[in-house]
Amino acid sequence: MRILVCVKQVIDTAARIELKDHKVDGAGLARVLNPYDEFALEEALRIRERNPETEVILVSLGPECFRDTLRAGLAMGADRAVHLLDPLFAEVDSLTTAYLLGQAATSLGFDLIFCGRQAVDDDMAQIGPAVAVYLQIPCITVLTKLEFSEDWDRVVATRQIEGGSEIIESPLPVLCTCQKGLNQPRLPSLKGIMAAKKKEIEIIDANALAFAPNERCAPAATLNQTRLSLPDRRGKRKIIDGSTNDAVMQLVKILREQEKVV
Amino acid sequence: MNTVKRILVIVESGETGIKPCAFETVHAARLLADSLGGTVDALCLGLEKAQADSLVHWGADYVKIIENPLFRAVTLEQALLIIEPLVNSEKPYAVLFSATTHGKELAASLSAKLNVGLATDCISIEVGEQGEIMVRRPVYAGKAISHLILQGSGPHLLSLRQNVFRGSSPDTSRIGKVELLDLNIPDDQLVLKIQDVVRETGSQLDVTEARVIVSGGLGMQQRENFKLLEDLALVLQGAVGASRPVVDNGWRKYSNQIGQTGRTVQPDLYIACGISGAVQHLAGMSAAKCIVAINKDANAPIFSVADYGIVGDALEILPLITEEFRRALGSAN
Repeated sequence: MRILVCVKQVIDTAARIELKDHKVDGAGLARVLNPYDEFALEEALRIRERNPETEVILVSLGPECFRDTLRAGLAMGADRAVHLLDPLFAEVDSLTTAYLLGQAATSLGFDLIFCGRQAVDDDMAQIGPAVAVYLQIPCITVLTKLEFSEDWDRVVATRQIEGGSEIIESPLPVLCTCQKGLNQPRLPSLKGIMAAKKKEIEIIDANALAFAPNERCAPAATLNQTRLSLPDRRGKRKIIDGSTNDAVMQLVKILREQEKVV
Repeated sequence: MNTVKRILVIVESGETGIKPCAFETVHAARLLADSLGGTVDALCLGLEKAQADSLVHWGADYVKIIENPLFRAVTLEQALLIIEPLVNSEKPYAVLFSATTHGKELAASLSAKLNVGLATDCISIEVGEQGEIMVRRPVYAGKAISHLILQGSGPHLLSLRQNVFRGSSPDTSRIGKVELLDLNIPDDQLVLKIQDVVRETGSQLDVTEARVIVSGGLGMQQRENFKLLEDLALVLQGAVGASRPVVDNGWRKYSNQIGQTGRTVQPDLYIACGISGAVQHLAGMSAAKCIVAINKDANAPIFSVADYGIVGDALEILPLITEEFRRALGSAN
């Protein structure tokens, strides 16, 4: 079985976001493998443990620095990585990114594709389902559990919906987006880190994917970002003093009569 | 272009009928249509005709219903087979979804099918002086806000965050047209099958749907103490949330986790108990209308985003708050 895991490099979630000229000032901020992609990769590695005939390939589209993230994924245990890297990819929109990932997936061949449920930077949750559309394969999002049929040709997936979960069955190939609850991603071992240095990161450029930006027809509708801002929230920061009993009574009164939120 | 702009709402329903988030989305569509001089269409799968009026009361002009009860639990595949041709033939200017699991995957898939732009989890929709539509959506789980402008003829796909677009009350005098669509999808075209839908037991509400969230961190000290939060949530008809370390410890389910790698929420009231306020957690809840923090450490970062704070032990204070609300609300709970 061949499993492709689509990954993205993001700013570390522990970072505070600051803006410069209405853009995120990412200078000096740590970059990590998108946390949801870790669940995707971990799930692929666990499948390989149960089914040794499995190859796990990382696929990522992004600038040169994404190489570090691919290396981190290889250190966790992926067999090899494919980096979609070309100056022509620099400004592509998310649908084109999904299209290119789909093209790469077709040329690599696959039985299963895993993505994170969303990247924790743009939070769009668009790439996974869009790749599935381009590849004309079924898609199951926000997985919390995945089981296979005995002959590994069907999956039964549990996924989170509001107030519960849904259990969905699909034949392979299928694209799944992964999230917390699915597994506990491993930390790379020292051995894994050493081994990763020898693993291959193949670069695929626009030419290899026969990609010419002008050939993709422009969307009939676009949503263009005009600017970014920081949320303007500042709490009122009123500390309610006094005895615990008094403070509680006062708080309940404020929430009911002043804030009217209860 | 002077044609009437049509706004299509994909209505989400469950076993108990139309979900509250769908009324919010219809309400938001109404406001948008009014600014544009347009109309609101609502599409519902697997609903009974009798329920359609409530969508009209919240602002729909035309309600299209597929009564087939099989569509009550609809797969992404089925939904796409129905919605894509409908969008292609009716050419709405915008299609609005609720930003739920189903709504988000449907919107994302449709954006690829139609090759159009998408904005996930919008928190505001405004019409500018030149009639341009602008939306805002949180990025980095709310650490920053992205401002977008809609360009082109459409359809523009927007999913709307729950709890943000609530209207005050439905207008029961509104009149609209209800139409039954007779649609069937041949089974042999479908590969995805829903085996089961499982309701979470013991929990009142999903955190993204709740108006009140009572949330606990490591300061709750152990799993059993979350009972104190559940008691208060019950009195306030809210949901229980948790910080990441609590979920990592296995005290609460992941669906309770609030923050950058959990759920991003926007309730009216967020009560943070024993939560210090890691930057990832603050990102997920700072958009709440009113925030209360209870923490022993007066210097905890949570107090910087809180409107009201009590410095003290949540374990000691929570039962008092529950009791006081119970008394004040005259509740029998």
